[in-house]
Amino acid sequence: MSTAVLPADRIRGHFWVVVVGIVLAVFAAYFLMPLWWLSVTATKLQGDFATTNGFWFSGFHLMENLRALFGYDHGIFARWLLNSALYAGVGALIGTVLSSMAGYYLAKFSFRGRRFLFSLILGAVMVPAAVLALPLFLVFSKAHLVDTYWAVLLPSIVSPFGVYISRIFADSSVPTEIIEAARVDGAGEFRIFATIAQRLMLPGLATVYLFGFVAIWNNFFLPLLMLQSQDLYPATFGLFAWKGQSQLDPHVQLLVVIGSFVSTAPLIGAFLALQRYWRAGLTLGAVD
Amino acid sequence: MIETSSATDAEDTLHRSRHGGERTAAVRPSLDRSVRPAAEQRPGKRRSWLIGLGFLLPFFVPFLLFYVGPVVYAAIQSTQVTERVGGIFGTTVTKFGGLTQYAAVLSSPDFWSSVGRVALLGVIQVPLMGALALLLALLLDSPRVRLGRFFRLAYFLPFAVPGVVAAIMWGSLLDPSTSPFYQAGLHVNFLGPSLVLPSIGNVAVWTYAGSNAIILLAALKSVPPQLFEAARLDGAGDLRIAWSIKIPLVRPAIVFTAILNMIGVLQLITEPMIFRTITSEVTSGYTPNMLAYNSASADQYQYAAALSVTLAVITFAASFGFLKILQRRADR
Repeated sequence: MSTAVLPADRIRGHFWVVVVGIVLAVFAAYFLMPLWWLSVTATKLQGDFATTNGFWFSGFHLMENLRALFGYDHGIFARWLLNSALYAGVGALIGTVLSSMAGYYLAKFSFRGRRFLFSLILGAVMVPAAVLALPLFLVFSKAHLVDTYWAVLLPSIVSPFGVYISRIFADSSVPTEIIEAARVDGAGEFRIFATIAQRLMLPGLATVYLFGFVAIWNNFFLPLLMLQSQDLYPATFGLFAWKGQSQLDPHVQLLVVIGSFVSTAPLIGAFLALQRYWRAGLTLGAVD
Repeated sequence: MIETSSATDAEDTLHRSRHGGERTAAVRPSLDRSVRPAAEQRPGKRRSWLIGLGFLLPFFVPFLLFYVGPVVYAAIQSTQVTERVGGIFGTTVTKFGGLTQYAAVLSSPDFWSSVGRVALLGVIQVPLMGALALLLALLLDSPRVRLGRFFRLAYFLPFAVPGVVAAIMWGSLLDPSTSPFYQAGLHVNFLGPSLVLPSIGNVAVWTYAGSNAIILLAALKSVPPQLFEAARLDGAGDLRIAWSIKIPLVRPAIVFTAILNMIGVLQLITEPMIFRTITSEVTSGYTPNMLAYNSASADQYQYAAALSVTLAVITFAASFGFLKILQRRADR
């Protein structure tokens, strides 16, 4: 803000800069402290886990711990990570493509029932995933899909929130003139979408993908209901299963910590790398 | 009707004659100018129908199958009862039972205590977290903030942490046998009977307060700065501007985040499921979702369906009620 600052104001200004800084730093400590604890603990030996200062290092054994994590139970954790990558990576990708097509069509074409479809989608955004998971389980158990990859993958490709964001992005980033020009040049509707519109919508689609990926990676209730075979677990659900055993087996207790570290790092990395995209997504949610 | 929203008639006609599937019309457009609308409209319409389906069905078919369908199915299931006929060696039959399952849900003390627990948490946590998020957003928006980029990122990071991991971390940090705070001399059992619910609430606050603050900050940033300049010239200080201008202007975003948080609290399951592996204070039916999971895994599908429909209704009623209250206050 560029208002003229008087000398007296400037001194008061410095004071408030310090106060604001301290308050923000205290909260930053609160938000970062558990992550710091996790990173530090992931480098500790089993015996030091509960006996040394939780917020400081006692020897650096991350490599050993990772080897223990990936060696345990014939490398089941690597399999869980792959499952997570499959559910979240493929699920979010298909979900993004489907959402972007529907969102683009809803934004750029007028047809009867458009308003109704859009309110249906908005309503679906408000339905909590947990409320859906149980009915899905009832249907999937009738269809004998429970305890298969499909049980987690199929529901993940539906993202009403993705359609909502795609529609807004198609509206604001695909000029109607370009679509018309392409039509004049003889391009079909699907080709216009695939070669022109999708490229213009790319920042929005990155947001859709990122949020879809995180939502699927973090989903808990769906695997809890749908999966019984260990081989099908996603990583975070595997950690939950291990957490259940860890009271009996202290060795597993450390694996839970290292596994938590390993299954969180990729998400934090993705968020750091794609900052400008999720910011755009959050702005949409707030301002619209 | 396939029309881009702002297409003029001429452009639209051009488009149709090229893509409408009517080759003849494109070859000799000037000959039958008078009959063109009638001759072209039907095939063009049919094509546009197909194109519309091509764009919408890939989303809406899975949407119906995995979203709308299951909800309808659960609603149907919830009105049925299974009865055993013919004694011990008989079979079971499923028949229409009206509201029997709902009566069972609503008369179950376990159900009400689980609802009471999440409602208590919601009444305390939602306003607390809203206030915290608003405070953080206002501070981040202040011209006196330094390192704003770092703080925004630090507050948002927990959102990227899986709920299971967040609960595991806080569980370890609060469980006396592994807690660094306990070792450091803070001899409080955060997972004991009186503190376990606030501890669960803390995990939710930790996960979402920062991302709520970022949403509110985005809303604040979209307010035209001239408004603040004018107020400043009139002699208003930072606090006054925050209270009288900024907060009223971002009210929609505040309502939006509050409703999301309330839905989140009513649907709580991950955190208590993890805490249950650490402390005996969390029972198997601690929250409504845990109850629903228990009845589904005990093969009481119809009861579970009634439970989840009831929970959905409560959730919707609570969010709409909340919305109405806030709107009424805004109108005053």
